[in-house]
Amino acid sequence: MNPQSTLPPTPAALPPKTGDPSGPAGPGRKEPRSEVRLFAGLGHVALAVWAVIVIVPILWTFLAAFKNTSEIFSSPWTLPAELRWENFGRAWTKANVGRYFLNSVIVVSCSTFLTMLLGSMAAYVLARYKFWGNRAVYYLFVSGLAFPVFLALVPLFFVVKNLGMLDTYQGVILVYAAYSLPFTVFFLAAFFKTLPSSVAEAGMIDGCGHTRLFFQVMMPMAKPGLISVAIFNIIGQWAQYQLPLVLLSNAKDKWVLTQGIADISVNAGYEADWSGLFAALTIAILPMIIVYAVFQRQIQAGLTSGAVK
Amino acid sequence: MRHGKYPFVIGFLFAPIALYVTFVIWPYAQAFQISMTNWRGLSAPQWVGFDNYRRLLDDGAFWKAVQHHGVLLLALPLITVAIALFFAFLLNVGGKSSGGQRQGVWGAKFYRVVFFFPQVLAVAIIAVLFQMVYRPNESGLINGVLMKFGLEPILFLVKPNLALWSIIAVLVWQAVGFYVVLFSAGMASIPGEIYEAAEMDGATRVTLFFRVTLPLLWDTLQVAWVYLGIAAFDAFAIVAVLSVDGGGPDGATTVLAMEIYRNAFVYSKYGYASAMGVALFFLTLTFAALTLRLTKRESVEY
Repeated sequence: MNPQSTLPPTPAALPPKTGDPSGPAGPGRKEPRSEVRLFAGLGHVALAVWAVIVIVPILWTFLAAFKNTSEIFSSPWTLPAELRWENFGRAWTKANVGRYFLNSVIVVSCSTFLTMLLGSMAAYVLARYKFWGNRAVYYLFVSGLAFPVFLALVPLFFVVKNLGMLDTYQGVILVYAAYSLPFTVFFLAAFFKTLPSSVAEAGMIDGCGHTRLFFQVMMPMAKPGLISVAIFNIIGQWAQYQLPLVLLSNAKDKWVLTQGIADISVNAGYEADWSGLFAALTIAILPMIIVYAVFQRQIQAGLTSGAVK
Repeated sequence: MRHGKYPFVIGFLFAPIALYVTFVIWPYAQAFQISMTNWRGLSAPQWVGFDNYRRLLDDGAFWKAVQHHGVLLLALPLITVAIALFFAFLLNVGGKSSGGQRQGVWGAKFYRVVFFFPQVLAVAIIAVLFQMVYRPNESGLINGVLMKFGLEPILFLVKPNLALWSIIAVLVWQAVGFYVVLFSAGMASIPGEIYEAAEMDGATRVTLFFRVTLPLLWDTLQVAWVYLGIAAFDAFAIVAVLSVDGGGPDGATTVLAMEIYRNAFVYSKYGYASAMGVALFFLTLTFAALTLRLTKRESVEY
């Protein structure tokens, strides 16, 4: 794993020069120390500015959640005069944020579980068993990655409607899981292929059936891959907006958080309850910060897993 | 792989395939069929051939949306990749080198964590957040400051020529951190010796970036470009929530997804909306094929 010992410096590996007249020798003659310092200095400023751009809108929202409407208008940049916790109470109960939050938790936990169960089953069979039609089924799943969801939106609405699952939890849960399968199968099939076959063979010799082998031997071995995809799916499904908008439009008591907050923001103007909206936003953002702070490493790995492959 | 392989294979594949075909494959296939009808949801659909597609060609809203996808397709990847590359380079190889190991600048870890955070938030939530940031009076984050200094407020979302760029800015705000992390992973796999050798030849940071980092990162850049391009063809949540009346003012920020949603679920023009969906599909496909073709080049072995 130590690149210093395994790889000698090879200037041949450098890409060919592309005909830039100044060439690397020109600026290279400068005093290296001052160049480093200038570059690092400018870089620090740029990094700090971007960090401020990311943090300030979120922090500003948290502060505004404690203000009242007149404070929000008169002094958007100051600290709230007092901590008005009642804003959160109003958002949670009167604006239904509590309900929306609970709905999101119900839908996403069920759909992620279903996605992971069905996705890993299909991926495992496709990756490790030879049978007629294996490739066809694999490409059927993977082709789903190439289609935009909006192409299917109209027929999907009617499929769900005809099944009697419009405005129900199970409708959204099944649809979320179905649309998460292409990536899940694609990623996990590649992952199952990398697992050694010796353990599986040993299990078979000990009289372990195919199903038991999968749940008790292969699933535990595939844990790192499963965690990455699960995180990818949880965050993706938690963020869903267009599918619940279409599939749950007439059942306000089943709306998920994204849908609910977007709706509150439309109504906040009419009711002039800006502090309630800020509180609602805070309720939506704060848990994500906490989860991210705890699982930061896994989340970064999970979300970039698709691209790094 | 003996005893009872086929019952097991079928047993494991049945449920996933049934779910997937019902909710994904079947609707996709139907979309092409519905796009050839004048279906409004009440009576039986009537076959109209390519009429919907012909009408698309004269539809101002459709062309506006396509045009906006063009702008998004150029601006979103260019701006995001440029900023993310710059930051990733600083965070990984911008600092001083000690003992032959290149290091990132001080606080690199903190920056990476902060920059990535917006990626965890839902786009719809971010859209509501930036509605507040962009508000046109004293209560907005930006205009609150401007008006304190006695300046005119900027009407970010109301001015037609500013609205789309205000939306692109939010998309960039969210995406940069993801690509910083992605590019960092790519840069970490470039062996330090290459930098060392280049530095011995007198290469500056700028030369290092353009002559070493960039060519060796080509594959990752290609992935980034495809990802951001696909994002540029969606943009529904941000436009639906952030823009003035869903794609406004006066269609200045509309995208195809917005028009599909409006035609289908507001006007009940299911056939027409499906034709737009098919158009979107072919645009996406063309983009992906073109990108992979145009950016294809020998990857540098190292």
